Amino acid sequence: MSAITEGRPSGQPSGQRGGQRGGLRRKHPNAQPGGQRTRSRRTGWWVVALVLAVLAFVWVFPFIWMVSASLKTSGEVFAGGLGLVPESLQWENYSRAWVDGRFARYLLNTVIVTLATVVIVVVRCALAGYVIGRYRFPGSRLIIGIFVATLFVPTGYTIIPIVKVSLELGLLNSLMGMILALSGISNVAAILIYAGYFRGMPAELEEAATVDGAGFFRTFFTIMLPLSMPVTATVAILTFLATWNAFFLPLVFSFSNPDLRTVSVGMQAFVGENSTDWPGMAAAGVISILPVVILFIFMQKYFVEGIAGAVKS
Amino acid sequence: MTSQTRTRTPGADAPGRTAPVSADRRSRQRRRNLWIYAFLMPTFVLYGLYTIYPILASYWYSLVEWNGFSSQQRFVGISNYEAVFADPMFWSSVRITLVFMLIVAPLRVFGAFFLAILLNSPRLPFATFFRTAYFIPVVTTTAIVGVVMRFILDPGSGPFAAVVRLLGLAPIDLLGDSGTALATAAVVYVWKFFGITMIYWLAALQTIPRDLFEAARIDGANAVGVFRYITLPMLLPFLLIISVLTIEDCFRAFDLMYAMTAGGPFFSTEIIEIYIYRWAFAASIPQLGFASAAAVLFGVLVLAVVALQAWATVKSRAMQKGQR
Repeated sequence: MSAITEGRPSGQPSGQRGGQRGGLRRKHPNAQPGGQRTRSRRTGWWVVALVLAVLAFVWVFPFIWMVSASLKTSGEVFAGGLGLVPESLQWENYSRAWVDGRFARYLLNTVIVTLATVVIVVVRCALAGYVIGRYRFPGSRLIIGIFVATLFVPTGYTIIPIVKVSLELGLLNSLMGMILALSGISNVAAILIYAGYFRGMPAELEEAATVDGAGFFRTFFTIMLPLSMPVTATVAILTFLATWNAFFLPLVFSFSNPDLRTVSVGMQAFVGENSTDWPGMAAAGVISILPVVILFIFMQKYFVEGIAGAVKS
Repeated sequence: MTSQTRTRTPGADAPGRTAPVSADRRSRQRRRNLWIYAFLMPTFVLYGLYTIYPILASYWYSLVEWNGFSSQQRFVGISNYEAVFADPMFWSSVRITLVFMLIVAPLRVFGAFFLAILLNSPRLPFATFFRTAYFIPVVTTTAIVGVVMRFILDPGSGPFAAVVRLLGLAPIDLLGDSGTALATAAVVYVWKFFGITMIYWLAALQTIPRDLFEAARIDGANAVGVFRYITLPMLLPFLLIISVLTIEDCFRAFDLMYAMTAGGPFFSTEIIEIYIYRWAFAASIPQLGFASAAAVLFGVLVLAVVALQAWATVKSRAMQKGQR
């Protein structure tokens, strides 16, 4: 699994393997003009890399454009064209988005909602995954069955009852309500990831803990949970990503109270109210997207493992 | 997943069922079960309240007339369903959802396949860098990217218009024209989530044992032969599961559609979720019962795909076993 994250299939340094393979081929009678062929093949791969590099530039161009537009004047942006370098850096676009666009507030809301949701989801999925992965108990099969059947539930399907329930509980126009709803929508994948991980742990761990006099609760919190750090990181990061980027629920939960908007909802409002302020919009976009992109670049391994898990299980 | 649970339970509770159970043991087991249910409590409450209950409640709501969250509900039987079935806009949204899926899924599955094959080669320089670059759109906030894409594709000042001018073509308003908006939104969606399918394929490629390639090369197979006789057959089971996962993902297009087109122009990009949203939240008099009926029908469509996924999982596991 960790092999993918290194980008090299078997985790070995690629040069070494290439050398080995070259050696094998040279021994083979069919590979007489070996040196030349290897060289042309290597050139071939450099051509592929060049094509992929151009495509990658096009791929990330919208983000480059966004950063560039966020530092231009309105006039420069509206003039169009493909120039990416601003005449002079217009940092006031950021202060406009931050203060007038109220992205300071939206960002704070997003951070609160995201962190709280991540904590709740990690705790509840670790607890549930632990007992489902390691124990059989009355009703366990039914519970697993329900989880698997609801592995994928789009928000559009459940949104109306969610709003109704929240309204009745007095949670509709509050960040608390938004957090609870975001923690309660389908996180089955996280539970199954935990269940799979805990199932693979040796039974001796629990036996040793019992001998030491640790109960069920202590065994979990002092032995099992600390050992599950790699899974916790994956679950936390995937939940972070999903919550930070969530739109449907935060939209509905902040209808009657703009102070509750997260960045994704705030962006719609900002564009609706200032449809001509492209640089301000771009600055707001950079403010909203930068935290996840930075997190991704540093934690890439866990992102990739979490997503790859869907295919492997 | 379930089958594994059944076969591999920790030894601690296995003897409990066969050996005669002492009173002490039974009370211990009861206490253990109490702990187990306590551990499940947060999930029971939250998942029950925000996922299970809403799924069930939708059925009830679909049978009532209900014009606002705080207003009274009146039982009307299946008349909401009759109304939904009679609404050409509903069928249009179903069609749009399926067309969207038909554009997105093949582009993602096969496009990502070719990219993953290239990125998986140990000879490709900067493979890790490319993987990061192609994955980046996945982590960005969809609702915000949708807005940015609106500006990128703006027919007046957007960079796309600049490229069109550079090529000497007539200016085109991709998102503003009801003939091109859906295809454009689909391509943006492909771009946005391409990285996920790419990671699926890379994970699948890792499962092919390296020695197999080495052995084939020693036997004198060339690159095409290795691909044709080893890579492709080994990946076939994964094609099934990756296709289903990607199709499933096409049901999550609300954020992007809402931000980019909000269903327009002239409802040409109104997927089912936007249709539901429009009747439940954007109408001057919300038709919550009617929208719930549409939501239940949407749920049936989703369930069909989930069933397909279950089938694909079983099938692909069987195929993999056959290969070993």
